[in-house]
Amino acid sequence: MEDFIKNYCWLIPVLPLVGFVFNGLPTAVGIKLSRAYVYTVACGVMLLSFLMGVGVFFTLKALPETAREFTNLVWPWIHLEAIQLDIAFLIDPLSSVMILVVTGVGFLIHIYSTGYMREDKDYARFFTYLNLFCFMMLILVMGDNLMLLFVGWEGVGLCSYLLIGFWYEHKPNGVAGMKAFIVNRIGDFGFMVGMLALFWALYNTGHATLTFTKLKTVVWFLQPQTILGVSAVTMICLCLFVGATGKSAQIPLYVWLPDAMAGPTPVSALIHAATMVTAGVYMIARLNFLFTLSPAALGAVATIGAATAFIGATIGFAQNDIKKVLAYSTVSQLGYMFLALGSGAYAAGIFHLTTHAFFKACLFLGSGSVILGMHHEQDMRLMGGLKKYMPITFMTFLTATIAIAGIAPFAGFFSKDEILWQAFARAVHGPKVYYFLWALGVLGAMGTAFYMLRCVTLTFFGTLRANDKKTRELVHGPHKDHHGHHGDLVPHEQPWNVTLPLVVLALLSLVGGFLNVPYIITHFFGGHSSGLFNEWLSPVIPLQAHHEVSSLEWVLMFKSVLVAAVCMYLGYKAYTSWQTGVDRFVKKFPRIYDAVYNKYYVDEFYHAVFVRGVLLFNKCCFSVDRYIVDALVNLVGRFGAVYSDIIGWFDNFFVDGLVNGSGSITDFTGAQLKKLQTGNIQHYAYGAVLGVVVVMILKILM
Amino acid sequence: MTITPFIIMAVILFCLGIYIVCTRVNAIGFLLGIELILNAASVNFVAFARYHENEIGGQVFTLFIIALAACESVIALAIVLGVYKNYKSINTTNISSMKH
Repeated sequence: MEDFIKNYCWLIPVLPLVGFVFNGLPTAVGIKLSRAYVYTVACGVMLLSFLMGVGVFFTLKALPETAREFTNLVWPWIHLEAIQLDIAFLIDPLSSVMILVVTGVGFLIHIYSTGYMREDKDYARFFTYLNLFCFMMLILVMGDNLMLLFVGWEGVGLCSYLLIGFWYEHKPNGVAGMKAFIVNRIGDFGFMVGMLALFWALYNTGHATLTFTKLKTVVWFLQPQTILGVSAVTMICLCLFVGATGKSAQIPLYVWLPDAMAGPTPVSALIHAATMVTAGVYMIARLNFLFTLSPAALGAVATIGAATAFIGATIGFAQNDIKKVLAYSTVSQLGYMFLALGSGAYAAGIFHLTTHAFFKACLFLGSGSVILGMHHEQDMRLMGGLKKYMPITFMTFLTATIAIAGIAPFAGFFSKDEILWQAFARAVHGPKVYYFLWALGVLGAMGTAFYMLRCVTLTFFGTLRANDKKTRELVHGPHKDHHGHHGDLVPHEQPWNVTLPLVVLALLSLVGGFLNVPYIITHFFGGHSSGLFNEWLSPVIPLQAHHEVSSLEWVLMFKSVLVAAVCMYLGYKAYTSWQTGVDRFVKKFPRIYDAVYNKYYVDEFYHAVFVRGVLLFNKCCFSVDRYIVDALVNLVGRFGAVYSDIIGWFDNFFVDGLVNGSGSITDFTGAQLKKLQTGNIQHYAYGAVLGVVVVMILKILM
Repeated sequence: MTITPFIIMAVILFCLGIYIVCTRVNAIGFLLGIELILNAASVNFVAFARYHENEIGGQVFTLFIIALAACESVIALAIVLGVYKNYKSINTTNISSMKH
């Protein structure tokens, strides 16, 4: 069994590829596949892949801690004198966690999609893309070198684009897809520059490699190197981090993620919450040995992370679209992961990634269930009271909300509190700026608790507002009925294939936190573990030295829970009994509300500066093209035309004249000469005699 | 005895022959002119042969000419007969179907 896993772990990514081919090829050539076939193939390969992932996990677990790492070489890829890259899969504790998250959550979301997409006409295409995405994501997390990681990185970007624009008949969806693709491209450029800089700097030391296991051993040679006067390590890390900000939706490249909600909800859950957007986090955790060398780069990561966590949370306050709230929440939670990475607590980042995958996938799937139940209504102002109609969705959504808000002992408490504590600890022992970042994180956590409860309250509590004509007109404008259904809307609970993944994910968000109970708590109960998760990752991410158990940590922990609970209570109250107060606040400070509601006008700013700038540049290029290049081309063309006119004239008159002339001269001569042939024999005799006479005269004269 | 009188005679014969060839319209007369030209040549051969010591080629050549002239006359007369059959005339001005 172990040998089987070791030799065949390439099957984990290839199985979804098989599903992609089996569903994609017939669809591409226009064969209509039956739904049963499509979901059997798509979910089947994901289940097999997940089981393989579980097998990999237990195989690793059976090995001694120091030997938990092996590489499965599939194909020698690029073998140059300078560098050798293979298509090979690295299996170690970190990638095993990622495999389990991707295939596990992926499988659940496949199941969910069978329910969510059941009425869609492009059923097969959807699952084809979803399988392709899983393949690419697994390449990303399993690749044993940075280049292969980049292949997966680009591949998931492509799938994200395809799935955001899945309902391409509606133009804004396609535009959102393009926006995601283009913004990601900016990040990818940074990633590529970083990767090439890493290669270049290592090449200068004579240890060129991009394979993670080797990088770990040669990365020390980089320290004296500089690029453009800056330490090479810092430069490389910052470039790679630019890539991460693109893929993982951090400031300043987060703008694509909220727009990406145009895609089907399972896509938002899988790609834009649980897996793809965490690629940046994974990449930095994978390269932790590199980032550790550069405190400056870590500071940048932590700052961007904390700022994103805070700003994302504040924007969540004023969004009305349920998916938009969750999108900004995702941006914010990803910020926490980067704050963890930037604080040097890579394992905490990955842990939050995992728990976030559970509760955010659950939230998104729950919102999808709500949207289905509300007949494709996404605006929370029209919801309310759904608790009664959709009890399972409500319970799971609430569980995930408590988890994300960080109430003990739900998953989010353990992961988020770990991050905040690590940031705080770094501030104590290192740069003081981390106090500020920690404070931002805490404020963000308060915001999270508030806007999530706002979301829950607006959606599930109170009474249903969808049938209230006034609200409807407020939201959709007068006399406009989007959905074509007349009469009152009655929300309904969804079938088992929608609710089952919700329940599983809710359970995971309930208990997932116990994977990594902080040292301080285990210590309290007499244990010595510093968290199962941290220990599991320790071969890849070195365990941090234990700080002394301080009462401060207890204080902060209780404070976190208390603050979160208070904010949740406020969030609940503000949208139930204090609704008028909130309205009055909004009326009194319309500027603040508008700024938040419009996401601080960042999109508008980008549009004005970058999009317009590019268009302006485009116009300049057009002018240059039009008036200078075209003029030159036309001039050359005109010259050519005139020149060829001359040549043509010469040809017609001289060359053709010569040819025709010689012909007509011959013709004329022949016509004249033939008159000599009279047929009269005497004439010929005259000729002969004349010839003789001429010859004789000549003879005499000479 | 000099060769001159012989040559003069040959020239006279030749010129007569040429004159006949150029002027006679009748095909038979035309042939007679040709015979005269041939005879002028024969006279020349004999005369030059006599002029050179121990030279017999001229006489032999003359004999050949006589023989050939006979053959030639036969064929030519046959042609004239054939022409007459086709054109009902042996007048050379009428026989001009070889014209361009």
